[in-house]
Amino acid sequence: MVTLIPGEITVGGVRLHNHCMLAAGVLGTTGASLARMLRAGAGGVVTKSIGPEPKEGHKGPCVAVYDGAMMNAMGLPNPSHDFIGELDGLTESPVIASIFGGTPEEFGEVADWFAGRVQALELNLSCPHAEGYGAAVGADPDMVEQCTRAAKHSGLPVWVKLTPNVTDITEIGLAAERGGADAIVAVNTVKAMRISTNFRRPVLGNGMGGLSGPAIFPVAVRCVWELYEACEIPIIGCGGVSSADNVVEMMMAGASAVEIGSAVIEDTEIFRQITESLYRRDGGECPEDIVGCAHA
Amino acid sequence: MREIPSVPVVITEIIEESPSIRTFVFSRRFPAEPGHFCMVWVPGTDEIPMAFSAQNAITVQKVGEATEALFALSRGDEIGIKGPLGNGFTPSGRTLAVAGGVGAAPLRLLATSGVADDFILGARTADELLFPEELAKCTNLQCATDDGTYGHHGFVTDLLRAADPTSYDTICVCGPEVMMKAVLAILIEAGCPENGQFSLHRYMKCGVGICGSCCIDPTGLRVCRDGPVFTGDIIVESEFGSYARDASGRRKSF
Ligand SMILES: Cc1cc2nc3c(=O)[nH]c(=O)nc-3n(C[C@H](O)[C@H](O)[C@H](O)COP(=O)(O)OP(=O)(O)OC[C@H]3O[C@@H](n4cnc5c(N)ncnc54)[C@H](O)[C@@H]3O)c2cc1C
Ligand code: FES
Repeated sequence: MVTLIPGEITVGGVRLHNHCMLAAGVLGTTGASLARMLRAGAGGVVTKSIGPEPKEGHKGPCVAVYDGAMMNAMGLPNPSHDFIGELDGLTESPVIASIFGGTPEEFGEVADWFAGRVQALELNLSCPHAEGYGAAVGADPDMVEQCTRAAKHSGLPVWVKLTPNVTDITEIGLAAERGGADAIVAVNTVKAMRISTNFRRPVLGNGMGGLSGPAIFPVAVRCVWELYEACEIPIIGCGGVSSADNVVEMMMAGASAVEIGSAVIEDTEIFRQITESLYRRDGGECPEDIVGCAHA
Repeated sequence: MREIPSVPVVITEIIEESPSIRTFVFSRRFPAEPGHFCMVWVPGTDEIPMAFSAQNAITVQKVGEATEALFALSRGDEIGIKGPLGNGFTPSGRTLAVAGGVGAAPLRLLATSGVADDFILGARTADELLFPEELAKCTNLQCATDDGTYGHHGFVTDLLRAADPTSYDTICVCGPEVMMKAVLAILIEAGCPENGQFSLHRYMKCGVGICGSCCIDPTGLRVCRDGPVFTGDIIVESEFGSYARDASGRRKSF
């Protein structure tokens, strides 16, 4: 297996302990939980998506777990402004706040709450199952550009997380770049549905949900590849990463770092397990030489 | 990643335990150990966490939308059961169970497995004491009611003090959080908080350890996966007894 030289890295304006971050929406509801994942070896952590108003989210079932895939429709539950208090004690840590809104103004408002509290913002322009938020905004290049610009007013680095549920993801990536994004995160979950044949209804309370886990890894690699060809800013790979070799593969497609979400269901120690096999002080390769090398 | 199915089961029996508590027996047994729970899918309404009160039953208090929808079901209707989930109790040696209200549900399985030597059962009033006959058969049962309509007039904590907590190797506890907090205070006083095993209740969206809605401060432990059972020494310096988060993640004091 290809291994990398260990060490701190800087991606999209944020200094990270390693290449593997905790993805948004996974164990990111409380400051204590984020701190736990940092202690467990995450290179950085992304919070649960925070929006302009508190939301309770969808009725359950919210999560369905299958062999090699997971489907969720949480419905963006979040405490809104109250969440700021969760970050006390984490201001020096590599914490990235995921935020969402329905309009550029809302993105700008929520972004400002986090100035001086986190290292960067990640715009959730890609949640496939919340009416009027997320992917509803993220499939429109003009909206993406405006929301990115609005969030940039906070003075924080801005990462834009993209939905794969569009015909041409590069169009959206380029829009984020025009809006001044510091990095692109690719991708959020793939819009999905399963039906319980027994109950003759969708298994998720919301009906529609988002698929994640190993099943979508090939989709994520493809999206990172396309974005690497089209965009200048760094790309953070996300979607089904569950092993050190997956991290290397994402990097070869063009990712400067990765986010890991669903794999946490196996073990909260997943970051330590992955980074222990990913890095070698002797024999590891220089990460910069790996990023995008498959395009040569 | 392995499938965690929501298994369709038929409700075969509904037992009225008290005006607001019913036991739903279903068509299938699950390999549940005492303290394990399941996510109960009430199709069309919600999916909510419930302790196994037997390997083929849950015991439900009607408190809101999903539990009301459960109460509207009849024999022959179907629900989905995802489980067993969580860590469960790990009793060893001489074991005492302390239950308040519907908190008797998970402890019933402990008692019927023959693990609990003694059992302290509390409720507001005689009508609401859960499983008294059944528990009396397999444990040495003492009851307390707030209004004195049955057993000791007062709280389970009075009976616990009198029972000498240090004489037990394991004390399994489930009930309202204020009651559990009072039990923990007694165990701390007695110098044995680590012998207490408390089954916690936090808002759960996924039940399988991925979403983070059930995490407790300051450890970030997940009640659904690292718990729901924690020993007293783990939760003594925590949010336990002070606050919990609601569905949106906002803190609400007890
Ligand atoms: C591990 C565990 C085991 C439980 N075991 C039992 C049991 O054996 N018997 C029993 O009667 N109850 C049990 N509960 C509590 C039960 O989950 C709630 O009473 C139920 O979810 C209420 O749903 P509702 O829609 O009727 O009420 P709502 O009107 O939605 O809410 C009423 C109360 O229930 C709580 N609640 C609602 N949804 C959830 C949820 N998804 N997760 C946690 N709490 C919720 C709310 O915080 C509120 O305090 C258990 C809870 C947990 C976490
Ligand atoms: S309920 Fe989702 S992590 Fe516990």
